[in-house]
Amino acid sequence: MNAANLLFNYLVFPGFLFTAVVGLLATWVDRKVTARVHWRVGPPWYQPFADTAKLLGKEVVIPAEARKTGFLLMPVVGLAAATLASTILWMVNLYPRTSFIGDSIVVLYIMTIPAVSMIIGASASGNPLGIVGAAREMKLLFAYELPLVLAMLTTVYKAGSFSFDKILGYQDAHGIMLGSVSGVIAFIVSIFCAQAKCTMLPFDIPEAETELAGGSHIEYSGAPLAVVRLNMAIMFFVVPVFIITMFWGGVSFAGWRILTTILKYVAIVVIMVLIKNTNPRVRIDQAVRFFWGPMLVLSVVALILAVLGY
Amino acid sequence: MSLALKALKKSPWVFHVNTGACNNCDIEVLDVLTPRFDVERFGIVLVGSIRHADVLLISGPVTRNVLPRLKRLYEQAPKPIKVIVIGACGCRCGIFRDGYNIIGPADKFIPVDAYVPGCPPKPETIIAGVVKVLSTL
Repeated sequence: MNAANLLFNYLVFPGFLFTAVVGLLATWVDRKVTARVHWRVGPPWYQPFADTAKLLGKEVVIPAEARKTGFLLMPVVGLAAATLASTILWMVNLYPRTSFIGDSIVVLYIMTIPAVSMIIGASASGNPLGIVGAAREMKLLFAYELPLVLAMLTTVYKAGSFSFDKILGYQDAHGIMLGSVSGVIAFIVSIFCAQAKCTMLPFDIPEAETELAGGSHIEYSGAPLAVVRLNMAIMFFVVPVFIITMFWGGVSFAGWRILTTILKYVAIVVIMVLIKNTNPRVRIDQAVRFFWGPMLVLSVVALILAVLGY
Repeated sequence: MSLALKALKKSPWVFHVNTGACNNCDIEVLDVLTPRFDVERFGIVLVGSIRHADVLLISGPVTRNVLPRLKRLYEQAPKPIKVIVIGACGCRCGIFRDGYNIIGPADKFIPVDAYVPGCPPKPETIIAGVVKVLSTL
């Protein structure tokens, strides 16, 4: 594959442009379903695009206390990482030949970079609330990574390989991971981890509009804020696709499978939004206890069941 | 009309500050977000940080202690920012005009784009005020 092809894959399809558009549409689904749960009408479909266009046209304020480079650079680093994770995921789903050894580990690591970049960006902003948000984001990252990796290992053990094409091939041959007991348990664990990865309620502790006034992105305004929000929108797209690839037979554009792909994705998004709308925000110590307690036990149980062959 | 301006009309984010009101106007502001009126249909949401705001919504007369903070909020906001005052007190100090700690309505200190009178203003009036501000853009 030549450089121009790679660049096209990274920037247009299935990289930046595609991911950004679908991610922004997904945040609209989030807001619309939330509004319907509240018995409201909700915003029109173009709302996230209008928000982004407006933020790009606003003034960029850099606080006097901030370290300029880190403050402005970090959202872009996070965006690049989220886009890269999405590109790898879609490429291995659409063209299984592009899969390489251990690409699921690579994607898992790249998906933590947006959170890390938010931590650095918020620390560079010089705002006390932002620093509290960064500290919480760090604790949350440590909390949810462990059960997520263990839930992923369940799939990896069954497929006998770390590469996506073997995992997808196993699911094609033996039925999806969700068809087994261990797969269902690992899926439940990873849905909760996805909730924390997208910093949605009940785990939106780093942002916490009502107590930290935006938390980790409190000082961002204008174009950097647009990038931060785009970053979150892309994560809201990448994480469910990762779960679908690991547990639900992957995504595809071939014939009728495009319909089931969209249905799978929307189903996971709606599950996440319903969890968001029926739960209050937990404290950070409760969140860590939740992930290192029940979720860790569940993921270990799933792994043991997988080893036993269930 | 430029794209940024068009988008601004479709998604004005509001930062609400109480400069000394009796809390009645603040309750009416929350009413505007409830299912009956639901201004999120027009992309209007309340934000927690002034850095994210497009509209600065002020309720109540300005007290001596709050004045430096109000001025700082206005300076911290990313431009273009629109300022709306709501309530009789916000417009002309209302029943608090003789108070020992009141130093005047908000428009004495920062430029104001719209006034929404009433004690408290009805949610319909607040929405009408926002529509008028957006139509001047």
